[in-house]
Amino acid sequence: MRPANEAELSDMVAGALAPLLVRGGGTRTLGQATGEVLETGGLSGVELYEPGALTLVVRAGTPLAQVQAVLADERQRLAFEPPDLRRLLGRDGVSTIGGVVATNASGPRRVQAGACRDALIGVRLVDGTGSLIKNGGRVMKNVTGYDLVKLLAGSRGTLGVLSEVSFKVQAMPEAEVTLIIEGLGDAAGLEALRRALGSPYDVSGVARHSGRSLVRVEGMAGSVAYRAGRLRALVGGEVTLAEAAESAALWRAVRDVLPFADRPGDVWRIVTLPTAAAEVTARLEAEVIWDWGGGLVWLNAAPGRGAEIAAAVAGRGHATLVRGEGGPVFPPEAAEVAALAAGLKARFDPRGILNAGMMA
Amino acid sequence: MQMPLPDAGVIARKGRIVARLRAVLPADAVIDDAGALRVYECDALAAYRCPPLAAVLPRTTAEVSAILRIAFEEGVPVVPRGSGTSLAGGAMPTADCVILGVARMTAVLETDYDNRFIRVQSGRTNLSVSGAVEAEGFFYAPDPSSQLACAIAGNIAMNSGGAHCLKYGVTTNNLLGVTLVKMDGTVVTLGGPWGDASGLDLLGVVCGSEGQLGVVTEATLRILPKPEGARPVMVGFASNEVAGACVGDIIKAGILPVAIEFMDRMLIRVCEDFAHAGYPDCEALLIIEVEGSEAEIDEQLAAIKVIALKHQPVALVEAEDEAQAKRIWLGRKSAFSAIGRISDYMCLDGTIPVSSLPYVLRRIGELSEAHGLAVGNVFHAGDGNMHPLILYDANKPGDLETCERMGADILKLCVEVGGCLTGEHGVGIEKRDLMSVQFSGADMEAQMRVKDVFDPEWLLNPAKVFPLEISAARRAG
Repeated sequence: MRPANEAELSDMVAGALAPLLVRGGGTRTLGQATGEVLETGGLSGVELYEPGALTLVVRAGTPLAQVQAVLADERQRLAFEPPDLRRLLGRDGVSTIGGVVATNASGPRRVQAGACRDALIGVRLVDGTGSLIKNGGRVMKNVTGYDLVKLLAGSRGTLGVLSEVSFKVQAMPEAEVTLIIEGLGDAAGLEALRRALGSPYDVSGVARHSGRSLVRVEGMAGSVAYRAGRLRALVGGEVTLAEAAESAALWRAVRDVLPFADRPGDVWRIVTLPTAAAEVTARLEAEVIWDWGGGLVWLNAAPGRGAEIAAAVAGRGHATLVRGEGGPVFPPEAAEVAALAAGLKARFDPRGILNAGMMA
Repeated sequence: MQMPLPDAGVIARKGRIVARLRAVLPADAVIDDAGALRVYECDALAAYRCPPLAAVLPRTTAEVSAILRIAFEEGVPVVPRGSGTSLAGGAMPTADCVILGVARMTAVLETDYDNRFIRVQSGRTNLSVSGAVEAEGFFYAPDPSSQLACAIAGNIAMNSGGAHCLKYGVTTNNLLGVTLVKMDGTVVTLGGPWGDASGLDLLGVVCGSEGQLGVVTEATLRILPKPEGARPVMVGFASNEVAGACVGDIIKAGILPVAIEFMDRMLIRVCEDFAHAGYPDCEALLIIEVEGSEAEIDEQLAAIKVIALKHQPVALVEAEDEAQAKRIWLGRKSAFSAIGRISDYMCLDGTIPVSSLPYVLRRIGELSEAHGLAVGNVFHAGDGNMHPLILYDANKPGDLETCERMGADILKLCVEVGGCLTGEHGVGIEKRDLMSVQFSGADMEAQMRVKDVFDPEWLLNPAKVFPLEISAARRAG
């Protein structure tokens, strides 16, 4: 199924007799759902773009690359830096903006500019009954009624099929510099990241892998030079600077988890506290990429380590199996939280036909 | 303002309900005499008042849970209250309700500078959260004008903003987790000090749900290292339209000040009288604040000045020192109380696309003429969140009604140009009956389903947010 507009989408969902597998480009789908594929690629195109108001409204099936190109023409971008997971997951296909929203896909700049859900200001969707619903809108500040925009971000198509999404976008900075810090062990290297995050120098990326810590600053040229200088004194180790395209390439690798792309084994995504980052991974004998100052941990581990990883993370975050076979993909939720989530799913999709079981 | 008829059965059982509450709470935590209850008869939307059946002031999550369990069993509506500063009537009682005030829940439970968060009880005031981390060089970013008084609980209920959210975001962007007590007394933890939720973003929908989904007793908030410095610049213009155009150009140029505030002539004069900030006397004034080291501030202000000068400003003044910067902000943040010294007023809160600013300001002027009531404008221009202040005379029969009609016309105008009814104050009772201007029946049905899940009996703050006729069947049920 491939609806060409909202009316068709609504009819298809309302008339569906069996479960549907909602798909943008299928480049970042996780989980176990099966069903007849409902592709959103027909719902494509920019609805409204006002660079002077930092506002973009776009249909959900629009390719992410097209969205980024439209923004780049005005020297703007999506602040949350959505990852491209195709190489990591070994998938082809065209990532859609709806898929980005449905998975709340957010990259290294999350520590400074927030996640996808923080930039998302409006949604239109068709729920499991075929009803067309809008929430939020195209303005930056909006507390009119409940915030279903946040609820839909990261809901993986289980509450409704997104047809249109609106964003607050960001101007591209004049300059970008990354401090590459070498000569520190993992503990000291992670501490350097936390020190950068706790400084007033407004860092927009803080990551560590392959024995190097990376700290990014962006903004006006004079300001970037000033902050890079201050940070150099603050973080310790041996610092070299990467600018512009060279810096951008470093962050693409972190964002897209490229160091693990061509390696065998499972890949886990762990969200935790920066101070727990080293401890969580200490006993796991796995390759690690730390992002968000240690708050996001990518693990490349041998298959079948799920129970061990869950135990290491218990009480201080959660782990998702992004690549690998067997075992639950998503971490379990506390019973009272799971009950609320199940209640919402039952009301938005009473027949249980949208990506059923995907988040289980 | 129409409110549902109070439940006579509940009122008749007042004695029993109060006795049950007293049995689980300390003696000073239950208020039921008519005189003391007057304190709770309204919030900052003071035009509407109604004393509640009783008020309770718990100190712990366990006490909140016990209260809600009793109210649930007795079928008593509960209206949560932070500091009572809602401009939308969010904490306005009904005669059959228990007010659950969190004013005594003010403790700091945990501060963690390494991981940059603070966990507080929800009755703590917004400003005192920053106060608790200030010595270590940190602050809590959302800064509603009422921040000296307003509680984090109310900030979460309304998803409050503030002048500096242009850069730092509103409450929802700075809230990491909550402890929430559901109407049946169940205690739920949502989010945590770490980044994202693993499942559905329930925290995201709780924030801004106006106390209708649960009572938030604890909150984990993101704290940020304080910038090295900040400096506001004031730019005066000969017309509102030109000021509006200048805002658009600054944003488009890719400069992100922490705040861009707008005041028109009426507000400039009123705030100057109040704060003696040295505001230039002109038609329209922008206060633009940037942050960083001295050199970074100079770099940003230089770029802003280049843009501003293209719009023929009539004044361009940088704050000379810290003291003047403070007065500039004191005047702006006191705008509502300053205007309160000269007249009764109603404060609106619609948001519009920034590009529509000139048109909307012109239309508001026309509506002011048509209804015969003066309007002052003060707002967060960078994100289009307007605060038209309509002046009226509460002692003049019919004036409040005219004012409300005019307010409704202005909010409809906001929706018409692609904006919304409320940007940061919330719907409450004030904008409840205008919801259908912005939302279809299906849109509101989807929102009400969320309440059905959290509070199936519709006992928590039930007469708010949704038009009464639309929520009637659920509230009765």
